[in-house]
Amino acid sequence: MIVASETQSPARTAALETTTQVTALPPAIETDNLRKVYDRRIAVHGLTIRVEQGEVFGFLGPNGAGKTTTVKMLMGLVHPTAGTARLLGKPLGDRDAKRKVGFLPELFRFHDWLTGEEFLDFHGRLYRMSAAERRKRIPEVLELVGLAGRGGEKLRGYSKGMQQRAGLAQALLNNPQVVFLDEPTSALDPLGRMDVRDVIRRLRDQGTTVFLNSHLLSEVETVCDRVAIINHGQLAAVGPVLDLLDRAFAVELRLGAWNADIEAAISRTGRILELDHPTPRHSIATIEAADEERIAALVDRLVALGTPVYGVTPRRLSLEDVFLTIVGGQRLQQPALNPHQLERPSANGRTPDAVKSDLLTRTDSERER
Amino acid sequence: MMTLLIARITFREAFRRRLVLAVLILSAVFLGLYAFGFKIVHDDVVRFNDARQGRTLPYEVQASIMVLLGLYTVNFLAGIMTIFAAVGAIAREIEEGTLHAIIPKPLARWEIIAGKYLGFLAMIAAYITAMVTGVLLISITVGAYTPPRIVEGMLLMILVSGILLSLTMLGSTIFSTMANGVVIFMLYGMAVTGGLVEQIGTALNNDTMVRIGIITSVLVPSDSIWKLASYVVQPTLAVNLTGPNPFGTSTPPSDFAVRYAIVYCAVLVITSMLVFRRRDI
Repeated sequence: MIVASETQSPARTAALETTTQVTALPPAIETDNLRKVYDRRIAVHGLTIRVEQGEVFGFLGPNGAGKTTTVKMLMGLVHPTAGTARLLGKPLGDRDAKRKVGFLPELFRFHDWLTGEEFLDFHGRLYRMSAAERRKRIPEVLELVGLAGRGGEKLRGYSKGMQQRAGLAQALLNNPQVVFLDEPTSALDPLGRMDVRDVIRRLRDQGTTVFLNSHLLSEVETVCDRVAIINHGQLAAVGPVLDLLDRAFAVELRLGAWNADIEAAISRTGRILELDHPTPRHSIATIEAADEERIAALVDRLVALGTPVYGVTPRRLSLEDVFLTIVGGQRLQQPALNPHQLERPSANGRTPDAVKSDLLTRTDSERER
Repeated sequence: MMTLLIARITFREAFRRRLVLAVLILSAVFLGLYAFGFKIVHDDVVRFNDARQGRTLPYEVQASIMVLLGLYTVNFLAGIMTIFAAVGAIAREIEEGTLHAIIPKPLARWEIIAGKYLGFLAMIAAYITAMVTGVLLISITVGAYTPPRIVEGMLLMILVSGILLSLTMLGSTIFSTMANGVVIFMLYGMAVTGGLVEQIGTALNNDTMVRIGIITSVLVPSDSIWKLASYVVQPTLAVNLTGPNPFGTSTPPSDFAVRYAIVYCAVLVITSMLVFRRRDI
C-alpha cells in the first residue's frame, strides 16, 4: 500500500506510471475520455483522470459541472456514452472491484424502517460479508462515524446528520480500498464536518483511496492530496493542492492615491480580488497575478503615473481563489481548453510541472482576451 | 444469494406501506361482513327451502355464488394491493435514492428485479392464501358448503396477481411512480372492461365484442385467468344455471391461457431486467 505524500513529486508519479514495475499497484481510479450526453446536454465532456491507490483526491466544480454524473458513472449507476473507466484495474461493473469499493451517495434515503444495525446488516450482506464479519464490523463502523450506542434506533428517528453518518458507515462497512464520498458533509454541522475530516484522515493513514466530491473548498484544501477542478463537464485543472495554490499568487498593494488611471493599470495586470474603501489619497488593493515580473512592471507603471507605492505584500491564495479564477474565467470564455492537453503523463510522459506551466499559460492568454 | 436478500427486504417493506395496511384492514372488515352475509343466506335457505321447493336455485348454487362473490372480492383487493405495493418498486427507489447505495454493491441489476418480483409475489401469495382460506373456512363453517377445486382456483388467482405484478414492475422500470400508477390502472381497467365486453358479446352472440375481449385478454390476460379461476371453483350445476355474468363465465379459457399467462409474466420480467439494465439512475 502506498502512503500518499503531501505533495506528489514528479519522480514518484513517474515511478508509479512505469508499468514494467511488477510491484506497481493498478491505479484506484482511471478514466479515459469518459463522456456522458443526456439527450443533447453534455454532462461530462471527455474526462481523463487517474487516481493512485492511497490518494485522497478532491473532485471540485460548481453545481452542474458534472461531478455527480462522473461519480455515478464510476459507480455503475449511469452508463457512459463513450470512453472507458477502470476501478482498481478492473473494468466498471466488475464484481470483485465492487466488493472493494464503498460509496456514499449525495442524495439518498435508506430503508428508514430498519434500525441502524439492521440497515448495516443488510448492506453487509449486499457486500457478501459473512455473519461473523458483519458482527465484528458493524459496531466498529458505528463507532467510527460517531453513532456508537445508536444502532438499535430506527433510521426514521435519526436526524439528517445522523442519517448521513449512517450512510458513511455503510460506505466503510466492507473496509473498502476505494471510497467515493459525494458531498459527505452536506447535512452536517461544523462539528460533524470535523468528524468526517477525521474519518478521511484515518482512512488516508490506512492507505485507503478517497475520492471526495465536494464544493466545500476549505474541506478539500485541508484533507486532499490532489484535486481536480471540473467545469462544464471538462477537466479545468488537476494537480497537488499545493501546486494549484502556487499557480497564481496575489499581492496586496498599499498606495497613496486612487484614480481611474491606477485602476486601469492594475486591471491590465490582474484581477482585483479586494479593494478596501479607496479614497483619492489612500487605497489597499489585493490583486491576483500570474508571475512576479508582471507585478514589477505594474509597480513601475504606477510610479510613472506618480502614485506613491507604500507597500507590495505577497499574499497566499486560497483554493477558493484558484477555483474562482478557473471557474469564473471559463464562465466568461469557453470552451477553454482541451482536457487532453492537461494531465496525461502516462500518454506523453509529461510531469505535473509541465502541466502546471500549461495551466499558467492558459490563464495568461485568457486574461489577455 | 442476492436475489433472496432483495426478496426478503422487499417482502418486509411491502407490508409497511400504508396503502397495503389499508387493504389489510379492509380485508379483515370484508371477511367479517362476508361471514355475516353468508350466514343470512344459509339460514334463509334452511328456513324456507321446503316452501320454495323448485321455485328457487338449489342451495349448492346459491352457496357457490356466495363463494364466487367472496373470491371475486379477494381477487379485486389482491389486484389493487399488487399495483399499489409495486407501483414504485423501481421508480420510487430511484426517485428517493435508495437504489444509489444498492446498485454499486457486488450484485447484478437483474438480481434486484428478480428479488423484488419474488418478494412482492410472496407477499401477494401470502395475502391470497390467507384470504381464500378465510373465505373457505366461512363457507364450510357458516354455510356448510365446500367448493370444488379451491386450491387450483387459488393458484390461478395468484397467477392473476402475478400478471399484474409483472406489468407494474415493467412500468416501474420505465415510468415515474405517478405515471406508472396511471398507466397500470388504465390497463387494469381495460382488462376488466374487456372481459365484461366479451361476456356480453358471448351472451348477445356479437363477434366484434368477443374479439375486443380476446384482444384485451392477450394484452393483459389477468381477467381471463380470473375467469378460469372462477370456473374451476364452481360445481358444473352452478356454472350451467348462472350462465355468463360479470363475476364468472360459462365458457372458460382453455389451458393454453394459463401457459400464455406464464410466458407473458416471464417475458415481462425479462423485459424489465433489460430495461433496468440500460437505465441511468
